[in-house]
Amino acid sequence: MTQPPKHLELTKVDIDFPTPNGPFKALQDINLTINKGEFVSLIGHSGCGKSTVLNIVAGLYQATSGGCLLDGKEVNAPGPERAVVFQNHSLLPWLSAYENVELAVKQVFGRSKSKAEMREWIEHNLALVHMDHAMDKRPDEISGGMKQRVGIARALAMEPTVMLMDEPFGALDALTRAHLQDSLMEIQKDLNNTVIMITHDVDEAVLLSDRIVMMTNGPAATVGEILNIDLPRPRNRIALADDPKYNHYRHEVLTFLYEKQRTPDSIPKKKEAKLKVAQDMQ
Amino acid sequence: MSNILATMGLSRFIENPKANFSQLGKSLLIPLIGLLIFLFIWEIGAKSVHTSLGTFPGPAAVYQQSITLIEEHKAERAKEVKFHERQELRNAKKLEKNPDATVKVRPYTGKPTFFDQILTSLITVLAGFIIASLIAIPAGILIGLNGTLYSAFNPLIQLFKPVSPLAWLPLVTMVVSAVYVSKDPMFAKSFITSLITVSLCSLWPTLLNTAVGVSSISKDLQNVSQVLRLNWLTHIIKIVLPSAIPMMFTGLRLSLGIAWMVLIAAEMLAQNPGLGKFVWDEFQNGSSNSLGRIMVAVLIIGLIGFLLDRCMLFLQRKMSWDKTVILR
Repeated sequence: MTQPPKHLELTKVDIDFPTPNGPFKALQDINLTINKGEFVSLIGHSGCGKSTVLNIVAGLYQATSGGCLLDGKEVNAPGPERAVVFQNHSLLPWLSAYENVELAVKQVFGRSKSKAEMREWIEHNLALVHMDHAMDKRPDEISGGMKQRVGIARALAMEPTVMLMDEPFGALDALTRAHLQDSLMEIQKDLNNTVIMITHDVDEAVLLSDRIVMMTNGPAATVGEILNIDLPRPRNRIALADDPKYNHYRHEVLTFLYEKQRTPDSIPKKKEAKLKVAQDMQ
Repeated sequence: MSNILATMGLSRFIENPKANFSQLGKSLLIPLIGLLIFLFIWEIGAKSVHTSLGTFPGPAAVYQQSITLIEEHKAERAKEVKFHERQELRNAKKLEKNPDATVKVRPYTGKPTFFDQILTSLITVLAGFIIASLIAIPAGILIGLNGTLYSAFNPLIQLFKPVSPLAWLPLVTMVVSAVYVSKDPMFAKSFITSLITVSLCSLWPTLLNTAVGVSSISKDLQNVSQVLRLNWLTHIIKIVLPSAIPMMFTGLRLSLGIAWMVLIAAEMLAQNPGLGKFVWDEFQNGSSNSLGRIMVAVLIIGLIGFLLDRCMLFLQRKMSWDKTVILR
């Protein structure tokens, strides 16, 4: 009772998925503690269960054993205090950018805010992601990067305790991705949200994170190593490119991924996954 | 005018008539040539078919009959006007003699013309279709949302879907006669019978397509709904209905097509005074003009069926959020 309650805590999380050949153990003994305002990246090869961890925190999956505590309360259902930014934006295609954010804001603040306040709050959040000029456009009228911006605005507008991002920039081209990473750092500087982000991209992980959680390969994947990124903020990608500390961190992550956790079949699989994403985008 | 053209799929010619003139020429010319070839073959073919009611009517004979039908309609309307004039005059005279006299106003009871019959058919088919949709859409949503319900009802749907209207009709007729008993009925029994038969047959495509549309909502959108903790009703209105609308309209268009086809058969047997009864009466009548008049009805039935489908397409365009989808 002497210790203060932790912000977000995953304790001994196991998850089994039923298959025709008996249960498949996807995750085993995941232990992770995340502090308030911390930016944590999960990195690992495709199929190692990163998304599963995120979905357990989101409440979309239930751990088979062990559990997840957020501010001392057990997580067992999805909710807006754990907003999710989905990989493929998941905006409702029949609603404009404004209406997509509005749906979330009405759900969370429908009772506590007046109509004018809600309008202001929606516009404020769209402005944060630089989308205030295209509020009335529908998802099919804007680019992939813009859709993802709206997705982030929707999550931010819920004022989540923890923001969960599932490969938020994975389906974007490199330039758009860099833009959005900069935007995210800017927002993060002001709001200081707790963020858990899944990524495939080593540079992205080092640039954005306070800590990088590296996961071992599945089945029965677990936390392999945790790397503290001790770089001063604000971070600038061009200045960091020559920073020996930055390159050291990159090297650490790359070593973990391509030497310690190298599996012959995981690499083509990853390519397939990326190809599939590319096809889905078209 | 522009609305009509839009429903016919010709809207792109309105915006820039001059530049698109050659395109318009092509897209009108080719169907026109097709039509002329059809008329030619019809004329030649018809001459060589001899029935007990004379030669099969060619395009010219059918055109003649359509004129006759219009004339008959005008004559009947003139008669009706005269009937009302006479009645008013008679009642006025009666009231002049005795201001307290009770006057009777009788409705005109002349026989329905071809155009009255078209109207009756349209009212019947729309009423039947609306009833079917009001049942099928909510039921489809429930079945689509719930896997257990889907498994429970799917065999029944598959069983009833292929049933011909002619098989339902005797049962419907008997049930309507037994249940719909009233001294002063608001609707004729034949109307109710046709209506129910149309509903029974046109229910299924909407039901199935709505169910499939609802059950195939993307997992991502369902996750969004869960994270936002949308309540049941908001989930249906904001997520389920919009994503099911394209499939729903596919079902509705199929249903309306079936309803129109079923209606003609139902009217023939139920003696509902619509196009089906017109065809049946002409067939029973067996005059030398009958085949021509039936042929007019056939063409009108086709034309109305086409226009009904275009109306649905127009509605679909109005209601669908995805304007990029090509609708045909």
